[in-house]
Amino acid sequence: MAKVLMKGNEAIAEAAIKAGCKAFFGYPITPQNQIPEYMSRRMPQVDGSFIQAESEVAAINMVYGAAGAGARVMTSSSSPGISLKQEGISYIACAELPCVIVNIVRSGPGLGGILPSQGDYFQATKGGGHGDYHLIVLAPSSVQEAADLVQDGFDLADKYRMPVMVLGDGMIGQMMEPVEFKRNEPPKLPEKEWAANGWSDKSKPRSVVNSLYIEAEICSEVNRKLKEKYDEVIKNEVRVQEYMTDDADYVIAAFGTIARIAKNAANKAREQGIKVGVIRPVTLWPFPYDTFAKAAGKVKGMLDVEMNQGQMLEDVQLAVQGRVPVNFFGTQGGVIPTPAQILDEIIKMKEGK
Amino acid sequence: MMTEQIICAGFGGQGVLLAGQILAYAGLEEGKNVSWLPSYGPEMRGGTANCNVVVSDEEVASPVVVEADCAIVMNRPSMEMFEQAVKPGGLLIMNSDLIEVEPSRDDIRVLRIPANSLAEQAGSVKAANMVVLGVYNACANIVDNKTIIKCLEKLMGEKKKHLIPLNEKAIDMGSGEAKKQQS
Repeated sequence: MAKVLMKGNEAIAEAAIKAGCKAFFGYPITPQNQIPEYMSRRMPQVDGSFIQAESEVAAINMVYGAAGAGARVMTSSSSPGISLKQEGISYIACAELPCVIVNIVRSGPGLGGILPSQGDYFQATKGGGHGDYHLIVLAPSSVQEAADLVQDGFDLADKYRMPVMVLGDGMIGQMMEPVEFKRNEPPKLPEKEWAANGWSDKSKPRSVVNSLYIEAEICSEVNRKLKEKYDEVIKNEVRVQEYMTDDADYVIAAFGTIARIAKNAANKAREQGIKVGVIRPVTLWPFPYDTFAKAAGKVKGMLDVEMNQGQMLEDVQLAVQGRVPVNFFGTQGGVIPTPAQILDEIIKMKEGK
Repeated sequence: MMTEQIICAGFGGQGVLLAGQILAYAGLEEGKNVSWLPSYGPEMRGGTANCNVVVSDEEVASPVVVEADCAIVMNRPSMEMFEQAVKPGGLLIMNSDLIEVEPSRDDIRVLRIPANSLAEQAGSVKAANMVVLGVYNACANIVDNKTIIKCLEKLMGEKKKHLIPLNEKAIDMGSGEAKKQQS
């Protein structure tokens, strides 16, 4: 199939449909509005359901219900809306249900602004809602990758029976780039024996979707099972991209769209004879600690660049364990860092500042 | 290796986002790597709108244009905002019908294009965006003008098909004006 030029938001929506997503529930918020807009048009054409809910809380609980019934289901929002969804996300994680949640991050805190940001890294990777749980968090850096990761996200969600978050930013949502959908036909979905989708023939044990466990022993067992699952995910699903790290003296750590600007900066640095590479985590959880740890044994320093006050920075520092200096450069409020600014920070680092 | 980084800016309604989009479509049609990044902030309401376009033989690194090969500015606020973003030796295409001031840079090439007047001659002032697109492509020569027309046809569909000749004429007039000024 030929490449088509699409907005990130539209590509995310179409990728979901092509991956067999049959239900979408959402509530409007900039800069992700093209996702529900697109879904409202396309879902009826594929015999799916689109509902603009009365609120984000309602939307995530509709996701909870549809996932419990075994449907491939998605919701999308942007930062403040995702905050409202946290309670439901925690319930879905506890009930071990698969779904895809898209967060096209805008600047915060509070209502903040509509421009791109990466300020929701902590919220996405460290819980967000209450209790001990994780989401698989995928961070695309291009429109093509956004489409690919949404499709992979549905498979990962089904495989591990857990919510997957695709964490983009306003730039990914709004920009147009060529896309080729890797999967055009909905796959044959795995049998979901656990789904609560009817019991008229009594052919299987009764399915119960629940996240309430009053007794300590049972609740403890639920948590143990979740931990076991998360350990499996950590073992199997880490994804990371390295750019010119083989001979690098310095490494820039960056995720999402900012990693592309970091690549530009690395190229500029190399024109000046400074060997710079880029490590870009594709999965923010599970985080590629090993990749950073290995790099720490080879480089003189790392520069973490984010559109926030330094969130992934903490994971990079954990991985590096103080073996090399980790500097930070961040922009906030919708300001996008430039390659020249990043290069300046690299030069500062080289000069030992 | 070719990589062109363009900023296209003007009032909301002047069609600057569309002009950039058509360039991206045409680049893709000719097998190049492209990106189109619009401004989507509150400045779009009544103020200036702009987009960043990258057309390249290589994978597009950053879609954010900070050192532009060319800035197309359709009104004065846009010129004030983006004149400094043009890299030394780069090109500034300014709509001289609406910008009565002179650029402050002397290290860039400047084309003063009466885009509104030319568009009116082509049949509608609304085609000023196509005039400057014609100017730009005559200078940078990154796609065939025929590809641009083909993409326009696709985008406009049956309903607006009758507007194609007007747009084509506007592109040609821009192209002619660029060649005249450069000779």
